[in-house]
Formats: sequence, C-alpha cells, structure tokens
Amino acid sequence: MAYSDKVVDHYNNPRNVGSLPKSDPDVGTGLVGAPECGDVMKLQMKINPETQVIEEAKFKTFGCGSAIASSSLATEWVKGKTVDEALAIKNTDIVRELSLPPVKIHCSVLAEDAIKAAIGDWKKKHGVELPAAEKASH
Amino acid sequence: MAVKLPIYMDNHATTPVDPRVLEAMLPYFTGKFGNAASRNHSFGWAAEEAVENARQQVASLINATSKEIIFTSGATESDNLMIKGIAEMFREKGNHIITQSIEHKAVLDTCKNLEKHGFEVTYLPVQRDGRVSLEDLKAAIKPTTILITIMYANNEIGVINPIAEIGKIAKERGIFFAVDGVQAVGKVPVDVQRDNIDLLAISAHKIYGPKGVGALYVRRRNPRVQLSAIIDGGGHERGMRSGTLNVPGIVGLGKACEIAQKEMPEESVWLRGLRDRLKAGLEAKLDEVYVNGSMEHRLPNNLNMSFAYVEGESLLMGINDVAVSSGSACTSATLEPSYVLKALGVGEDLAHTSIRFGLGRFNTQEEVDYVIDKMVQVVTKLRELSPLYEMAKEGIDISKMKWQTA
Repeated sequence: MAYSDKVVDHYNNPRNVGSLPKSDPDVGTGLVGAPECGDVMKLQMKINPETQVIEEAKFKTFGCGSAIASSSLATEWVKGKTVDEALAIKNTDIVRELSLPPVKIHCSVLAEDAIKAAIGDWKKKHGVELPAAEKASH
Repeated sequence: MAVKLPIYMDNHATTPVDPRVLEAMLPYFTGKFGNAASRNHSFGWAAEEAVENARQQVASLINATSKEIIFTSGATESDNLMIKGIAEMFREKGNHIITQSIEHKAVLDTCKNLEKHGFEVTYLPVQRDGRVSLEDLKAAIKPTTILITIMYANNEIGVINPIAEIGKIAKERGIFFAVDGVQAVGKVPVDVQRDNIDLLAISAHKIYGPKGVGALYVRRRNPRVQLSAIIDGGGHERGMRSGTLNVPGIVGLGKACEIAQKEMPEESVWLRGLRDRLKAGLEAKLDEVYVNGSMEHRLPNNLNMSFAYVEGESLLMGINDVAVSSGSACTSATLEPSYVLKALGVGEDLAHTSIRFGLGRFNTQEEVDYVIDKMVQVVTKLRELSPLYEMAKEGIDISKMKWQTA
C-alpha cells in the first residue's frame, strides 16, 4: 500500500509530539481507541480559560502511519483555534488533507474523537457543560 | 561494507529464483519446448525426460519414489487436491477430518468448503508454543475420521509440529495423514517414510524455484493412497491432475529440490546463525520484545517477535528499506490481527506489534546487522510516540484499563 506524501511527512516529522501535565487545570486530555484494536491516541491541549484559545497541543499515538499522521495533523490544526473552532473540525477534513484511503478512515474518526475528548475533559475541569450534540461520539 | 538496499527478509512469503535454477529452466522455454505428453517425437521425449528427472529430484528430497510425485500449479492446488481428493474418494468410509486452527488458508478454507458438503471438521487448538497437542489429537479421533491434515511448519511463526508422532498415531488408526509441507520442505529434513506421511504438499517458490509450480506426494505403498481428481481432462499425472505439464517450472522445482538437498545441512546452520544473531541483537538493545512461538521447535530461518507498544504497520513504514511482514490488523485486508498469534494466546495488543522475519539463502550478516540497527532506531522512535509506552513506564497496567472502543 502506498502512503500519500503528506502521511509520510507527518510520520517522518511528527508535529507536537509529547505530553502536557495532566493535572494542570488548563490542560484537557483525550485518550481514545484501544490497544487490542491497534490504535490509541492521546491528545492534549492547553486552553486559555479567558479567550478559550488553544495555546498548545501535544499528542502521542500508538497506531499505523495514518493514525500517527491524523493525530499529528490534528495538533497542528487546533493550535491557535478557539474551542468552538476546534470542535468544528470534521474527520472528513482530515481524510481530504491526508488523502486517506477508505480503509484508513477510522484513523481520522479517532483523531476527531480525540479532539472532542480533550476539549470535553477541559470543559469538565472548568465546569462547562458540553451541549448534547458535541458529546456524540462514534 | 555498505549493504545494498532494499533488503529482502520475507522469505516465508516467497524466495528469489536461484540463478542455478533459472539456468536449468531456460532451455525448456525455447529449444526444448515440447509437450511432455507428446509421445511421437523428440520434442515430447526431451520434455518428458526432463519432467521425469525433476520427479526424481523432488522424490529424493523427501525420501519418496518418483512415481509418488504429482506436479501441480502450486501448493494451494496441492493442499486442495490432497484434502478434497481423499474426502471424495473415502466419503463412504467416513466424513470426519481433523486439522488445526493455525493451518494456512489453503487448508482451512478447503476444510470449510467441505463442511458445506456434509463433512465434519475438527479444528484442534494449538498450545502456547504453537504446536498441536498429541493428547488433543487422540481425543478428537472418531470412528468416522478419514483424514488428519496438519502442517509441518507454520508460515508465520515457523513452529514445527510433532509430525512423526502424529504420523504414527494416524498410521495406527488407519487414518490418512496429509501434510502441508510448504515451509518445511527444503529447510529441514522431511522424510515421508520416517514421518509416516501419506500426502505432502510442496511449493517451488518457497525454495528458490519459480512461482506457479508445486508438487503433491501421494504414497504408493503401505498403504496405496487413492485420490479423486479435482481437475478433469487429459488424464495427466496418472489421472490425478490433468493439464499440460509446466515443463520449465517443473524443471525449476526439481533443480531447487536438488540444491536444497545438497546444501541443507550447511545452509540450515548458517541461517540459524543469522537468525540467532538477529534475535540476540534485538533483545540486547530493546526491552519488552517477545518471541512468538517455540524457539526449540522452529524453522532455522524464522523469527517472529512482538515489539510491545509499537504498532506493526507503523513499524514497517519506518523500516521501509527492509521487506518483512507484520501480524498487525492494519496490514491485513480484514482489519483483524493475525489468527495464528491469536490462537497461540498472544494478546491482540501484542499481535498488533508483531513482525515476521524470514531469512533466506541470499541474506548476509551485514544485512542482519543493518536490520537490527534500523529496528532499534525505529522502535525507539515509535515508543517515544506511543502513549502506551509512556503509560507502561508510569506503572499503569494497560491490560486493566477501561478503553473507549468504537
């Protein structure tokens, strides 16, 4: 199977690899997937409570090249966005940007889930209730 | 010395044709192109002579006689013929077949097909080391059992079954014993007499011969095994396999067998040395790596290892100048991790992290050293990227975590 140049680039030079302190009240952590499924993504964001702007994003991923690329891209995209803007990112945007084949669409779904999970965690820390629609997961 | 890239280390999938094999084959494409079934001219005689010579070369490698060798299009056909051929011929006698869960799909799917036609199949589990238990086998035998079909060595983990013991059990009970010998023939000594094998499937392209040709050993005495054909036509190969013989391919298979027989004693020692060097190198430089399957009962050229916390496909992507394969779901069409590793009781998380190394005649020590360095480099990099590795280092038991699955 051939990978798109963008997947290869993210795989070779993953952006924003690392971890943020989980206990920091401004850090939201999303951990999605399962080892037995072959994919686990951890996405963390440091969000300014005043402006709701995502100031930092870090990821670690266990998974195939497309999963690594999807989460690397997600960190790039959410950085500098507001929480609402980040929540508007759809898995199909990731599919398009990385030219993922149908068999790898679940990687993009996982990345979208990770964004939502991380923001959900941050909102919980700040006592913000998630609207019902945003809770919907795959 | 700089190694030439890419490196091929996937010799369980296929092997390159040995130049000596190719050389033997070439005359049979052009000058000696005759049909081995043409009885009335020298072109036919030359082809027939070459085929009979190859038959002898194949027979000699497995301690059979040349009349017991049937040429086919490959081991998938041989597996189909030995199982369906016995099933159809002896269905009056019984309808029960015993196999095991980690056979090649050519055997498993053939058995599944027979189940649709009134046969009953027992799929024996394997033990943690990847071998069939003789006690399980004995317990599975019924008065209606007509066939036991167990592979000599597994294509993913290289584990060798207790074939001689199984052959003895089958013989005592008067049950036919059919063996998929694809990975073992030419790599370890296979002896149909010692092992009491009644039918044995052989492939050319796993032993440095060409693709598209294989053989089936069919025992002629003690007992004489009769088979129903699955391909009808001109009655070639004593009626068991019709179709014009692939003379150049057969010549190649014969030559490959001759070379294997001559060089196996030395070659297996050499391959074992390379394999053990690979294993030792990886284990010395990486923690949490696990060998899948028995090391004691194993083909000399196989290593199957799980690299915990690193998903197999991403690993393959990182070592893209080394050709190996993975048991990860992502590398399969079904998105299921290896059924072989699963049957061994390897957790699905570790099955996703497995890599199969298949060493071959043309690998070098320099290549092995390159692969060790590259693997260490990529595994280290991917573990830095792995949330599971981080959690493990923090002392979190991943197996006890509640995961949000889709």
